[in-house]
Amino acid sequence: MRVLNRTAGRLSRHRRGPLAGLAVLLLGLLISGSLYTAFAPAQATSQASQADQVAQGKELFLASCAFCHGKNGEGIPTVRDGYQIGPSLVGVGAAAVDFQVGTGRMPMASPGAQAPRKAVVFNDEEVAALAAYVASLAPGPAIPNQSDYSIEGLSEEERQEAISRGGQIFLTNCTACHNFNGAGGAMPRGGYAPSLHGVEGKYIYEALLTGPQNMPNFSNGNLSPDEKRDVIAYLDSIEDTPEYAGFALGGLGPVSEGLFAWLAGIGSLVGAAVWIASHTTRSKKSKVNA
Amino acid sequence: MSTDSRLDTSKVATSNRTDAATASKPSPAGSLASWADDRLGLATVMKKNLRKVFPDHWSFMLGEIALWSFVVLLLTGVFLTLWFNPSMGHVTYEGSYDQLRGIGMSEAMASTLNISFDVRGGLLMRQMHHWAAMIFIASMMVHLLRVYFTGAHRKPRELNWLIGCVLLLLGTLEGFTGYSLPDDLLSGTGVRAADGFLKATPVAGSYMSFLLFGGEFPGESIIPRLYIVHVLLIPGILLALIAAHMLLLVYHKHTQWPGPGRTEQNVVGYPMLPVYAAKAGGFFFMVFGVIALMGGLLSINPVWKFGPYDPTKVTAGSQPDWYMGWPDGLLRIMPTGWESVIFGYTISWNVMIPILIVPPLMLVVLMLLPFVEGWITGDKRDHHLLQRPRNAPTRTAVMVALMTFYGLAWAAGGNDIIAIKLHASINQITYFMRVAIFVGPVIAFWITRRWCISLQRHDNEVLLHGYETGIITRSPEGQYAERHLPISGSSAYTLTARERDEIHAVQGDTDAAGVAAPNSRSEKLRAKLSSWMYSNNVQKPTRAELEEAHHHAEHEAELQSGLDHPVDGHQFDDHRLRDTDEVPLRDH
Repeated sequence: MRVLNRTAGRLSRHRRGPLAGLAVLLLGLLISGSLYTAFAPAQATSQASQADQVAQGKELFLASCAFCHGKNGEGIPTVRDGYQIGPSLVGVGAAAVDFQVGTGRMPMASPGAQAPRKAVVFNDEEVAALAAYVASLAPGPAIPNQSDYSIEGLSEEERQEAISRGGQIFLTNCTACHNFNGAGGAMPRGGYAPSLHGVEGKYIYEALLTGPQNMPNFSNGNLSPDEKRDVIAYLDSIEDTPEYAGFALGGLGPVSEGLFAWLAGIGSLVGAAVWIASHTTRSKKSKVNA
Repeated sequence: MSTDSRLDTSKVATSNRTDAATASKPSPAGSLASWADDRLGLATVMKKNLRKVFPDHWSFMLGEIALWSFVVLLLTGVFLTLWFNPSMGHVTYEGSYDQLRGIGMSEAMASTLNISFDVRGGLLMRQMHHWAAMIFIASMMVHLLRVYFTGAHRKPRELNWLIGCVLLLLGTLEGFTGYSLPDDLLSGTGVRAADGFLKATPVAGSYMSFLLFGGEFPGESIIPRLYIVHVLLIPGILLALIAAHMLLLVYHKHTQWPGPGRTEQNVVGYPMLPVYAAKAGGFFFMVFGVIALMGGLLSINPVWKFGPYDPTKVTAGSQPDWYMGWPDGLLRIMPTGWESVIFGYTISWNVMIPILIVPPLMLVVLMLLPFVEGWITGDKRDHHLLQRPRNAPTRTAVMVALMTFYGLAWAAGGNDIIAIKLHASINQITYFMRVAIFVGPVIAFWITRRWCISLQRHDNEVLLHGYETGIITRSPEGQYAERHLPISGSSAYTLTARERDEIHAVQGDTDAAGVAAPNSRSEKLRAKLSSWMYSNNVQKPTRAELEEAHHHAEHEAELQSGLDHPVDGHQFDDHRLRDTDEVPLRDH
């Protein structure tokens, strides 16, 4: 501190010197110049690459999506009122695109009750480009960060609480369609709530945020970001928990249990009855040659 | 030393030895048996019943599956009662299952989780108990079908049929109460549904619901009440009825298939001891083993995943256990909004028809089957010989029609699972079921009846023309024909050991003065039903027809006389001329 004071003192001695003004001017120019070189060009390239990404996204969009969603993502209505070939994508946000394209649901192979999950058509860069293009149409939910849907950063106790809280939120909001085990369930007219087994946390978070297909939208006012994270933590935890009870039989509830009671239970016991009745009595140990 | 007057033969000499014989020491088992017999006098009863004869056929063991799974239910059930706490008192779960720790729930649910995760062997016992329940009811049904299809419900066994029907009903109720006890999300949803069904009863519904739940649903009494019903009331009645069912079985003696040496007066088979005791005892261990394997390997009702019951929650795939699936299916396919308001009371037909009307009606139909059949046939004789299903085409078809109705309703109960697994629309499945539930049984009835009649025709062909040997012969004219050989005498006996169906004729419709005979209306109905039941059946060949056929067969055999064995088609491989004295191919 003393050294600093001494230096400042020495400098201060020359503050009214003839070259002081020039030195300050040079210093100011140097600082502002280096600051400009440090920041301004970087901003220019990021703007340029984002524009490139949007342009690439638009190109992909025109080739693969515009047929149903319109050339500007405005949606294409059918002749029947209220029906659409593809809905408007204005304002659905990057999260919706990342979910639909990233899980292979879009582009759809054929029109139907619901777009099924299938092999992903685009690579990560292309998905990002499409997401950037659709996000450029109007503001909408962004793709969540890892920290939004992961409980990595929490303490052991907080994780435990997050999981049991998530379980209760899951049972209240999700099981009515997705089943207690996340095995999926039926929706009207050929629709279905898909199985949640093996679905990445990011996609579950995006689905909650954007409400794809038959699913309702769980806004942040409805389920806070932390609550969304807890649901994902619960789903991960039941997948990580061993099946204590044996084969889960699809986790579909009493229907598959009934099927097994009849096929495995009654089937094998009737077989045993046939076996017993076909073996008649023998009073000697040697086999009777009938 | 007993001082009774019976001669103690152990002191009688068994040889002509000169020295006196001494008594051999009685075996410990023998002395124990005589100790018990002196005090209980069981020897006379046992002597007769241990030699009781049972006929041997796999289908006679289906009821045994039910008996043995009931034993497994009693054993595992006693284990569960030692830890289960049937209380709706509120606690916070602090057990071993991480995902539910710190969650509030009833003591019933908490103790179920405790049994599953913290009691040694508890989860195995819970799962065995549940699988045994599913198998218990399933085997009762399979047994019921066997009894009906073979005509074992006829006189003198009608009352045992009624007991069996009541056992099926009680088994179902017992299953439902057990399903409701853990107080998890699934069972709570089931109890909520039951509350709705009660409330759908016109006028008295809400009173009944308040009585059962001790106030507004869910209250705090339902689990303790269902518990007493589940562990005391219904098992007590079940035990008593099973005892009655089996005493009647012993009293009536078991039915048997017809065959040489088997009549309405005898039972051909093996004695209880040692043969049936071994077979039935062995079968118990098989049933126990299958249930233990299922309990150990296959998950059933994972309550920890459902979580505690909360009326604000529900899960997809909320179904009852399989035996309640068919009323649930009827409920699912009922058109919505079938209600009427009479004097200010809402009559919910959409709940009443599938739950309160059709299932009790089905039970009544089931119970009446032997009596309706007895009335139509007018048959008052005892029957101990079984009938093959094909020889009662209308009866068989009636049951298949009922089964089709049941099966379609049952499938409708799983319409959501069918929809997601077969990628179908749940709406289309529902529309299909609404039609199929009426059309399906009619088609099934018709197909089954024609099928049975075709099989009867086939039996007659075998009787008259013999069985197909698979040997194709070519006549000198170049005609190919398959050789038929007569069936054995005992097979022919078995095939013909059935009665001719007699169509009931109305006798004396009106007398000479034109006055209608009493009961003529019901008599006419009976005649009509009897004709519907029997007129299409194929009757067994008459004695004359059989003799004619035998004569024909002998004639055929004569054509091949000289061959000391049936023609196998290789007699002419060497192209030698057979028409010689040694081998007279044609001697007339």
